[in-house]
Amino acid sequence: MCIIHPFWSLLVSGLSDGFLYALIALGYTLVYGVLQLINFAHSEVFMSGGFAGYFILNRTIGSHTPHGLDSVLMVVLGTVGGAVFGGLVAFGLERAAYRPLRRRNAPRIAFLISAIGASYFLYNLAGKEFGRDAVSIKAPFNLDGNAFRLFGAQVQTYQVVVAVAAIVMLVGLDRMVAVTRLGKGIRAVAQDADTASLMGVNIDRVISQTFVIGGLLGGAAGFLFGLNYGVVYTMGFTPGLKAFTAAVLGGIGNIRGAVVGGLVLGLVENFGSACIQTSWRDVIAFGILVAVLIIRPTGLLGERLGRSA
Amino acid sequence: MSRIAINGVSMSSLRRSQDVRRLGAWVLGALILAVMTGPSGTTTSPTAGFTGSLLHPRVLGYLAFGLVMWALSTARVRSRDRVHSATRGVQQLREKLLGDNRVRHGTYLVLLVLAILVPTQLNSFWQEVLVDQIGVFVLLAVGLNVVVGYAGLLDLGYIAFYAIGAYSAAYWTGALPVHPVFHLNPFYVIPLAILAAVVAGVILGVPTLRLRGDYLAIVTLGFGEIISIVATNLSSVTGGAQGIIGIPHFSVHLSSFHYQWGLSNLPYYYLLLGFVVIVLVAFRSLENSRVGRALAAIREDEVAAEASGVGVLKYKVMAFAIGASTSGFAGLLFASKISFVAPGDFTVQLSILILVLVTFGGMGSLPGAVLGAAVLQWAPEYLRNHPILGFQQQDLYIYLGALLVVMMIFRPSGIWPSRRRRRELALAEEGVGTADAMSGSSDPAAGPG
Repeated sequence: MCIIHPFWSLLVSGLSDGFLYALIALGYTLVYGVLQLINFAHSEVFMSGGFAGYFILNRTIGSHTPHGLDSVLMVVLGTVGGAVFGGLVAFGLERAAYRPLRRRNAPRIAFLISAIGASYFLYNLAGKEFGRDAVSIKAPFNLDGNAFRLFGAQVQTYQVVVAVAAIVMLVGLDRMVAVTRLGKGIRAVAQDADTASLMGVNIDRVISQTFVIGGLLGGAAGFLFGLNYGVVYTMGFTPGLKAFTAAVLGGIGNIRGAVVGGLVLGLVENFGSACIQTSWRDVIAFGILVAVLIIRPTGLLGERLGRSA
Repeated sequence: MSRIAINGVSMSSLRRSQDVRRLGAWVLGALILAVMTGPSGTTTSPTAGFTGSLLHPRVLGYLAFGLVMWALSTARVRSRDRVHSATRGVQQLREKLLGDNRVRHGTYLVLLVLAILVPTQLNSFWQEVLVDQIGVFVLLAVGLNVVVGYAGLLDLGYIAFYAIGAYSAAYWTGALPVHPVFHLNPFYVIPLAILAAVVAGVILGVPTLRLRGDYLAIVTLGFGEIISIVATNLSSVTGGAQGIIGIPHFSVHLSSFHYQWGLSNLPYYYLLLGFVVIVLVAFRSLENSRVGRALAAIREDEVAAEASGVGVLKYKVMAFAIGASTSGFAGLLFASKISFVAPGDFTVQLSILILVLVTFGGMGSLPGAVLGAAVLQWAPEYLRNHPILGFQQQDLYIYLGALLVVMMIFRPSGIWPSRRRRRELALAEEGVGTADAMSGSSDPAAGPG
């Protein structure tokens, strides 16, 4: 079988991809939790995080690849920069494309169309302003280097960096939603927005902050993705579609579900693409999406943010 | 905010703060417009586009425009009632004229005569635009209008069915590497291409239309991607990324009469015009048929429609398939016109373009879809060659994306709304009905509207 021999290396790359999908999927799932809407422009939040990381690192890093603590610092700088910029874009997005419609109580199709419009506006504007060719981020560490071996499979430093950064953010988010006042607000709005507002939750603020949190994670993921795959204005589309698949797979609106869905999708995709031509790789995610929607539309862990997070 | 308003004392201060906020929005909008229309940047100088737009005297023009618009909009809010009473007469006249069948049919006749006569006076560039950009996209927009407008469903992979129609044309006329048993004239391929698109639409629609409406949007988006991946990778069947050439033109061979449509545009224009008129008449009667009424009922209140015995899933699939068949038909027509088909013609952004045409014109409005397609397909061609405005084709989607957002915020019913649709949107905003089919019929987790 095609997956037996490279099993461990496929597992490692699957998890590494899966963590990125999970970070993006959380943006979809959080917004879905509070608004019951797919944020079609989330892939552009991801893209803007990639560009922010690119501009920050390519200004700071000189001609030599940093070592040791400098590398860590650069990765943190890029991740934070990507996250902050992603958060800003998500904030602006909510203000421009969602809030005016929410004020008017517009039908759902209007939200989706306006989000699609915002998405096309943003990525084509990025293409206009930053050029339409793919560029690569200056490496903050040796990207081809290996960190350690796992059962004979090489684990790249890049994969370790992605995993560590993602785990830190995922744990942070999980605690935030479980413990803080904002987290309670998010869960309350997800359960029942009208009642939450009667209980004194400022819905507008919670929704806006939910977008920002999703934007922080998506922007950071954009930087981490861009490190390895390069940055280009259209980079958001495919990872966005896959991350949405991950969110549905885990149960949309469910935070832990998004993480599980992301990891499962990353693994299935890597094991699957070992067996078929790589040019068909993107078909796997779509096949999973359709299969989940037909067989178990509520996802692996079930829907709803309020109940299970 | 609302607390101040309830006090009633500081209404004027509230209004002032709203005015300030609106001023901020208009200024921001003007600056964004300045950046959109300004020079482009590059990766090496990413700020060039922004500085070239914002630190250039031209920004003053945009700011002035923003201020004027702000002044107009605040004035409009203040005198909204006055304006309403002033335009009521015009509104009533319009309703009366549109309501009168003789006037309406007369207008259609005049428009048809114009559509027949005007193209003969155009130069060959505009004749080509008329066929390749406007005619085909009018057909596509009218078809998507059935899905988005009549049924209230969001289809983002609409162009995939166009691809299916185009490849059907290539297959049945023998242009593909795989050959059918017999080769057909494009005219006879029409039912086959439509059938292929309908089958694909039903296969895709039945499982996903049961679910919440936004899942349909994302599944169709993925489907559009898959179709172009398949068309690119399956080169033994589809000819791969470089496409297929040599799809024959339409031709008529009656006993002693032979005619073949060639590369010249005018004959194709009239062929297309004929098909568009047929489709328009068919969709007009669809709108007023049992199916059209069922779709309206589903849009307005899905639960009530279901309870009244309307087979919600059946009609949704039907609308989806009708849209798909129109797209497939347009694909066949266009492939045969340019006698070429390639995966690069079916990008996702074309689906979005058609969505813009429909929402700009007015969802659910046939004249709106035609008008939207005509205006938005004509404008870039006109502006591209404009000496002053100098518009770059590659920036097109910046404008279209912004247009979608702006339309959804300010005029969701489009520039030529259907009366019914506009009323539905207004009702939905008051909390009555849904105005779309997004909530999903058999989905336990779907929230109310």
